[in-house]
Amino acid sequence: MTAGIWSFLEEDVRRIRVQLADLTREAGARTTLLIDRSGQLIAVSGEEPRFDTNAFATLSAADFAANDHLATLIGEPEFSSLVHQGERESMVLADVRKRAILAVLFDDRTTLGLVRLRVRQAVKELDGIFGDILAVRGRDGAGPGLGGDFAAQAADEIDHLFRE
Amino acid sequence: MSMINYASREINCKIVYYGPGLGGKTTNLEYIYERVNPSTRGKLISLATETERTLFFDFLPVNLGSIRGFKTRFHLYTVPGQVYYNASRKLILKGVDGVVFVGDSQIERLDANIESMYNLAENLLEHGYDLQRMPFVIQYNKRDLPNAAAVPELEGAMNPLGAPSYEAVAIRGDGVFDTLKQVSKLVIRSLS
Repeated sequence: MTAGIWSFLEEDVRRIRVQLADLTREAGARTTLLIDRSGQLIAVSGEEPRFDTNAFATLSAADFAANDHLATLIGEPEFSSLVHQGERESMVLADVRKRAILAVLFDDRTTLGLVRLRVRQAVKELDGIFGDILAVRGRDGAGPGLGGDFAAQAADEIDHLFRE
Repeated sequence: MSMINYASREINCKIVYYGPGLGGKTTNLEYIYERVNPSTRGKLISLATETERTLFFDFLPVNLGSIRGFKTRFHLYTVPGQVYYNASRKLILKGVDGVVFVGDSQIERLDANIESMYNLAENLLEHGYDLQRMPFVIQYNKRDLPNAAAVPELEGAMNPLGAPSYEAVAIRGDGVFDTLKQVSKLVIRSLS
């Protein structure tokens, strides 16, 4: 098999954004991001990030994946959350159903304890949402499809973009 | 795994450049970074050692533009080619939609190419993916070197599946976009 398609409908993203907004507010965080485990951004809440969110998503997924393997090496089934603490900015990363990573960025206006507490609650809620998505659309969460001429139009764009 | 977000109208696809060490995977991405319109690509991120060998991966996002109302983006990754970085290679393959195998045409590197090809199939299988059903393109790089093996010999040794293949001299860009175009189209076709 191939890796498959993982799709989010508008209603899925609306439910996810509500959770992220609640988490951002209740934790006193700056920004909250939900990232697919293969490194793709699903949704953002809070302050508009001033950094490259694609790069952030990719590096967070890599960070989490590497730490998963480190956990296995020392005999732990997983590290379900990671904390990176900086002088001003810090972040907590947490697993959601092995399908996504919840990343919460915060500063000294809140505390690590509060953020972790709210993250645990949010992970439970997001787990439920992902469960619904997968239950409705099967294991890969595939959506309604893109239509027959999508590939033809994309092929023209590919030729245009990747020309010498 | 391609991700289609119907709320933000975005499609993201992951393409991984695989192959033996010093074969030219990073060089492919560097050429693409330099040559595509800067407004269509993001930053090139390289997690490399001090001697510029890839330690974890290189990453380059490229925006294809809006197709039928969907902003379509390719995420291009390389893996570290050196044998002992297999754990990192395996991680990068998670959710992959298409693979480019960058082979080194030098006759002395034939065994390294074959070993890397087996390693690719094994690592994909660990994620539950089958190379035979994956959008897959082979690039025979370094065609300008005097010790490059003949293409039929490389095809016989490395391409039993009959995947599309391209000759390349990545350092001067020959074959780089042909390879990328082919794998991109195969990935897009797999979405429809």
